[in-house]
Amino acid sequence: MRNATRGLAYEEALLFEQSQPGRRGVDLPALDVPEVDAAALLGQAFREEPAELPELSEVDVIRHFTRLSTWNAAVDLGLYPLGSCTMKYNPKINERLARLPGFALAHPHSPAAQVQGLLQLIYELEASLAAISGLDRVSLQPAAGAQGELAGIMMIRAYHESRGEPRHKVMIPDSAHGTNPASAALNGYDVVSVPSGSDGLLHPEAVEAAMNGDVAALMITNPNTLGLFETHIGRVCEIVHAGGGLVYGDGANLNALLGHSRPGDMGIDVMHFNLHKTFSTPHGGGGPGAGPVGVKEILAPFLPVPLVARDADGQYHWDEERPQTIGRLHGNHGNVGMLVRAYAYIRSLGPEGLRRCTEMAVLNANYLLSRLRGAFHVPFEGSVMHECVLSDRLLAETGVTTLDVAKRLIDHGYHPPTIYFPLVVAGALMIEPTESESRESLDRFADTLLDIVRETHEDPQAVMAAPQRTRLSRLDETRAARRPVLRWQPDPKE
Amino acid sequence: MRYIPHTDDEIRDMLAAVGQPGIGALFETIPEKLRWTGPLEVPAALGELEVERLLEGLARSNEHAAATPWFLGAGTYAHFIPSAIDALVSRAELTTSYTPYQAEISQGTLQTIFEWQTMICALTGMEVANASMYDGASATAEAALMAMRITRKSRIAVAAGVHPHTRQVLATYLGGLDVEIETLPVGEDGRCQIPALRDDTACLILQQPSFLGTLEDLGEAAAAARAAGALLVTTVGEALSLALLRPPGDWGADIVCGEAQSFGVPMSFGGPHLGFLTTRSKFMRQMPGRLVGQTQDGAGQRGFVLTLSTREQHIRRERATSNICTNQGLCLTMATIYLALMGRSGLREVALQNLAKAEYAKARVRESAALELAHEGPTFNEFTVRVPDDGAAALARAREAGLVGGLDLAAHHPELGPAVLVCITELARREEIDRLVQALGGNAS
Repeated sequence: MRNATRGLAYEEALLFEQSQPGRRGVDLPALDVPEVDAAALLGQAFREEPAELPELSEVDVIRHFTRLSTWNAAVDLGLYPLGSCTMKYNPKINERLARLPGFALAHPHSPAAQVQGLLQLIYELEASLAAISGLDRVSLQPAAGAQGELAGIMMIRAYHESRGEPRHKVMIPDSAHGTNPASAALNGYDVVSVPSGSDGLLHPEAVEAAMNGDVAALMITNPNTLGLFETHIGRVCEIVHAGGGLVYGDGANLNALLGHSRPGDMGIDVMHFNLHKTFSTPHGGGGPGAGPVGVKEILAPFLPVPLVARDADGQYHWDEERPQTIGRLHGNHGNVGMLVRAYAYIRSLGPEGLRRCTEMAVLNANYLLSRLRGAFHVPFEGSVMHECVLSDRLLAETGVTTLDVAKRLIDHGYHPPTIYFPLVVAGALMIEPTESESRESLDRFADTLLDIVRETHEDPQAVMAAPQRTRLSRLDETRAARRPVLRWQPDPKE
Repeated sequence: MRYIPHTDDEIRDMLAAVGQPGIGALFETIPEKLRWTGPLEVPAALGELEVERLLEGLARSNEHAAATPWFLGAGTYAHFIPSAIDALVSRAELTTSYTPYQAEISQGTLQTIFEWQTMICALTGMEVANASMYDGASATAEAALMAMRITRKSRIAVAAGVHPHTRQVLATYLGGLDVEIETLPVGEDGRCQIPALRDDTACLILQQPSFLGTLEDLGEAAAAARAAGALLVTTVGEALSLALLRPPGDWGADIVCGEAQSFGVPMSFGGPHLGFLTTRSKFMRQMPGRLVGQTQDGAGQRGFVLTLSTREQHIRRERATSNICTNQGLCLTMATIYLALMGRSGLREVALQNLAKAEYAKARVRESAALELAHEGPTFNEFTVRVPDDGAAALARAREAGLVGGLDLAAHHPELGPAVLVCITELARREEIDRLVQALGGNAS
């Protein structure tokens, strides 16, 4: 059976183009206090004209966003093999539980005694993440992986400064996610790029050559963005530690390790977790995520405040008295709604279930690779972990590129893999199936990709014209960047 | 395991296809001494019903705004949330999609962001907006970094009327950089005392309304910033105020950022909320975060794409304007739906109700022998009340009366003496306000 077929797509104008003066989507109760003269009360600060928001009924609004939603690909519609993003199934029970009023309508400034359930949840989630990673303490405050990275780099800076030896450089392998160098630079570090070897791995010699007394840390992703386990990680960490540096672990690929290997045991001193990847919280069209940051004991004094502590009598409270902290990173306590979902997920799976996730994620990636090897170039051979990277090199003579293959996948009802990343592979297709996919689902996807390769040789123009079955054909990104139109404005002619 | 489809037969066949004798063999690239062989030290698995009971138990022990009249704001606000919002964002196409990298199958998300960008610009009086920041605090820190890039200066003047947590986050973000942060004190009238700024100032940051609820003089602030060649950054803690207050853009703000949780996003113990950042077109290329722009497809039909991404970390790496990647997308969707439902007149009416109810409460406070307004100037829906004994005791009395009465200001603004920050939204009923004033005043009232 095919994965997708023809369908009817709805058209839908912008909200502003549908606005009718006098319509409204909400009725408020009558005011039960005297009306006031806002202009008189607020004086110069008063806004004379209401903001130009569209005017629509509830029905209009429901139809608008329902129609828009039908234009999106989503995990619940099918395989979404976006590499490094871990688009696994998002359990529905977690959604329901995060909406319980005791979580969703609780306030961050309520006294600790009035929110013991939430503090307990945070406390226990911290313990679980520490156990999974082999680290000692975890702050759940960072709102996303990149903010967790920033926190980690700040703690590394604080650590070196506390020892009276500020350092200025951070080493990052060339296969790293873009957030790594951006996070280091955001906190004032110079970035030193370390080349990975011809086998796609980071080699101790390369680290040794770049390591010196001015290097504060190495940032490393394991498994790396090629889906390969960094087999030299132990030695690499030793070299960095011997030079007085620390090792930051990018936890984006933690779904490859649950119950099989712990970053803390590898020598990693600090890492972030992406709860929206490994721990099943939904990606929401771009967020919110959650990016807790975990550390070894030596970095614990520098963690963001506040943390949750438990008294001898079993009461939970906020621990703010941490004099060496880097400070507060979030206006409140982080994306708690996502913490609730991740907690429910970990409680649902338990130790065996988590381990099973990783096993099936790794099996799925290797199975897909076995089905696609030969049709696509595999830049780095070997057993992969949770994702695999292919390239378009074998298609070169047809003129078809990775972008075309990605767009053709859309015609078959698939969200494309991550493309042109990692940068160390020209024309990369980075595929992460996750454990959520069955064998039939993987076979269907592999068959589709093999069909596209066949088509590439028989009718390359058809592939280059993709997508053809979507409501819109390929969109002109150059035009968007050259003459940016970033908001709707009324047509002056009307 | 209900989330994993593999049967034993399938696993066997798949292992055969990849040429491995067993699952363990898949992990042999991990050096032996790094392999974890014991069980993870996490609690044992629970069935769906057990998980439900467990979390319902944890949820039950928290005070929340559906069970109790709620007068606590201070950056996180209890407002009415129409049911249509949750019904829509529960749709899997919105919840289980990711960043719209592939525009042709992400037009729902992209058009929604474009609509948000348009509406938040209309509210702030600005020209460009991004596709969200983590929260108001980090948006403010990113605004300061942006101002430093634009002006190439490194002194930040921040009003003490900016939320204390926002100021703390600002200090954290700037901690590793060579930056001087100068805090401008709050005057007797609860407003920022704006001095002449030094020439090396990158930006002046004010919160409108201030943390204490007062309204800052943005005209004076803009003039002071101009005189020093600095930018004016206005951060907004209560986004609903934008419906009733003259937009910061009209006063001459260069960057308007803040927290839009009030637009249909549940309080959720402080997150996920919705940071926003808007600015003038001329600063567009210095903005952090994702931007959605209009374009067309091969047939000339309108569509939307992520644009100007050469500012961003996945392209520019260490030279990016920010490291932000994942943002608060679904909260942005909630806020866009909220604003569409409320519309031009609805949002204005909600804001007017907040103002009217807050004014009613202030009138009751003025009548009370035990209480006093700390500042007499205009406010929106939040204001500072001096209490007879101490803030914690006053709030404890409110709690005994079945109310969550506000925020004790002892930790953040001890100079005010015993005082409580009170927030009155459209949820407050007249009788509850009367009870609140009674309880805060105690026996003396």
